[in-house]
Amino acid sequence: MILRYTFFRMLMLIPVSFSISVVIFMIVYLLPGDPIDNLLRVGSSPEDRAKLVAQYGLDRNLVVQYFVWIGNMFQGEFGQAIVLRRPVADLVAQNLPYSLTLGGLAFLFSSTVGMTLGTISAIVRHPVLDRMMRAFILLGSTVPGFWLALLLILLFSVKLGWFPVSGAGGWQSLVLPVLTIGFGGVALVARVTRVALMDARREDFVTLLHAKGLSSGTILFRHLMPHALLPVVTILALRIGWILGGAVTVEFVFGRPGLGSLLIRALGQRDYPVVQACLLMLALAVMLGTLIGDIAQAAMDPRVREKKS
Amino acid sequence: MLSVRDLGVAFGSVQPLSGVSFTVSPGETLGIVGESGSGKSLTAMSVMGLLPLIGGRITGGTVEFDGADVTKLPERAYRKLRGGKIGLITQNPMTSLDPLQKIGPQVDDVAKLHMGMTGAEARARTVEILGTLRIPEPALICDRYPHQMSGGMKQRIVIAMALAADPDVLIADEPTTALDVTVQAQIIRLLDDLVKERNLALVLITHDMSVVAQTCDKIVVMYAGRAVEHGPVEAIFDRPRHPYTQALIACIPRGLDDATRLTGIEGTVPTVLNYPKGCPFHPRCPRAEAICAVEPPEFSVEGDSAAACHFAEVAHVQPA
Ligand SMILES: Nc1ncnc2c1ncn2[C@@H]1O[C@H](COP(=O)(O)OP(=O)(O)OP(=O)(O)O)[C@@H](O)[C@H]1O
Ligand code: SF4
Ligand SMILES: [Mg+2]
Repeated sequence: MILRYTFFRMLMLIPVSFSISVVIFMIVYLLPGDPIDNLLRVGSSPEDRAKLVAQYGLDRNLVVQYFVWIGNMFQGEFGQAIVLRRPVADLVAQNLPYSLTLGGLAFLFSSTVGMTLGTISAIVRHPVLDRMMRAFILLGSTVPGFWLALLLILLFSVKLGWFPVSGAGGWQSLVLPVLTIGFGGVALVARVTRVALMDARREDFVTLLHAKGLSSGTILFRHLMPHALLPVVTILALRIGWILGGAVTVEFVFGRPGLGSLLIRALGQRDYPVVQACLLMLALAVMLGTLIGDIAQAAMDPRVREKKS
Repeated sequence: MLSVRDLGVAFGSVQPLSGVSFTVSPGETLGIVGESGSGKSLTAMSVMGLLPLIGGRITGGTVEFDGADVTKLPERAYRKLRGGKIGLITQNPMTSLDPLQKIGPQVDDVAKLHMGMTGAEARARTVEILGTLRIPEPALICDRYPHQMSGGMKQRIVIAMALAADPDVLIADEPTTALDVTVQAQIIRLLDDLVKERNLALVLITHDMSVVAQTCDKIVVMYAGRAVEHGPVEAIFDRPRHPYTQALIACIPRGLDDATRLTGIEGTVPTVLNYPKGCPFHPRCPRAEAICAVEPPEFSVEGDSAAACHFAEVAHVQPA
């Protein structure tokens, strides 16, 4: 059943990824100026120009060009970076691990801490704790990431000197960026968990669970938690995409290598093959995230499983 | 067996329920009737010890089970009663099972919890009970999810859950309201059979006076959070002495002629916040006199039945 669902869900990825790739492909054409000029660095030789024309099939019509380009992408043939004069694939391969580490840790941090806080605040009915929790959630969902980053750098790096201001050397350099990205996530996940648990507790069937003689603890862990997890998983899945995307500004502020830094630099330098590759990776991460989320939903909820397959 | 005396319930400072009393013995069915908001479900929740779940508390009276008052019972001990000695069936079978879990485990839980059975033993028992409730292919049903079943089937599953640990008392809070008419009749018949076969004490909460007439031995009529009349079914139906009971009986649809169906009672049910002073029924009562708005009526006992009306002695002579 779940395999069937997964299969059909993956079929749905085809039109989605097609449209995304078209948009990314068109970036070069949507920019002012000649696409070849956009793709060429100043002072390049006619051979360079010819190579580019061949690679993109620029002499052919747009549809053919797209398929040539996407075919190259599939083979990991991202082309040559204009400004950095290196294969784009190398640049991506070099930067991706940094982003994955940072985003992955931030994801783990926000999901575990967020779910724990959300659960506690839903079951411990203490007015003071409740107010603290609300304040935290409000703060976490409104404070912008870059501002928090600067604040953390000022406090922990500049004043206390506990962590490096920037760079990517050792685990210490990860602490502040992970906290920065994770903070908003913690607040979001905590809020969703809290609301979902309180909603679940109001469901009719909970009365009957109590009427069976089950303890509140059993009801919480065996019945309420799975229900609360449904919306939480949806949110978390969206954040899987953010593992790469959410780190863009934060990487830049902390001066860390990574896909985000690469993208921002490439945008500044109008290095379009790099921009295209970075965007493609980000889009891929988001698609993968929603895919994982939907499959997880289906695995947890028999109603979803049946509806779509 | 189950004896409720002078029960009162409050949420904060509002008191939606007071002075409710009744007794049910094994093999007996007690009907609790009354319009929406009269406190029937609160009575059920009180007996189950589940008021804290909805933020309410018992403010007075006793709930005696096998002679011992359980209102002061610690939660841990009360859990043994729930599902073990007292089973509950609720109104809407569409939402009363956990949609994420298969049917089997949801029923198995009860026998595991209260009879110390292993998983396999509990499953065998589940299959057996589903069978006795006339559920086709019980072993297959165990692997189904709630949304794959009809309302009537789900209500049978809920009944199976309530019965799994062989309780002495069953409380059914409007068990058929959410079901089709034909299914309603099946479920009521099923409950009726169970009372006889298993010597259960059944508390049947319902809006439907004709169901009461068919299945109950005793009846409690509730209005605005109070019991206004109670007694043996024949006595109450023959000689209803409370004007509200009379009105309820007059509203029973007779035959299939649409014109005679559900006349309804004039006026609206008071809410907790505006329970009338004196007799709660006086704003709608055809017999009300000056005293009714001032003085709450005492129960007037006649044989095994009692009615809380100032004019209960004469009231059974129904006005034309
Ligand atoms: N959680 C609650 N908080 C405050 N008041 C409540 C709560 N639950 C019920 N009440 C009040 O108690 C009164 C009795 O409610 P109850 O649910 O027992 O009625 P009922 O007889 O079961 O009605 P119905 O036929 O609609 O099920 C109502 O007036 C309702 O407003
Ligand atoms: S006490 Fe008065 S108002 Fe109440 S039911 Fe009797 S006659 Fe009607
Ligand atoms: Mg009710």
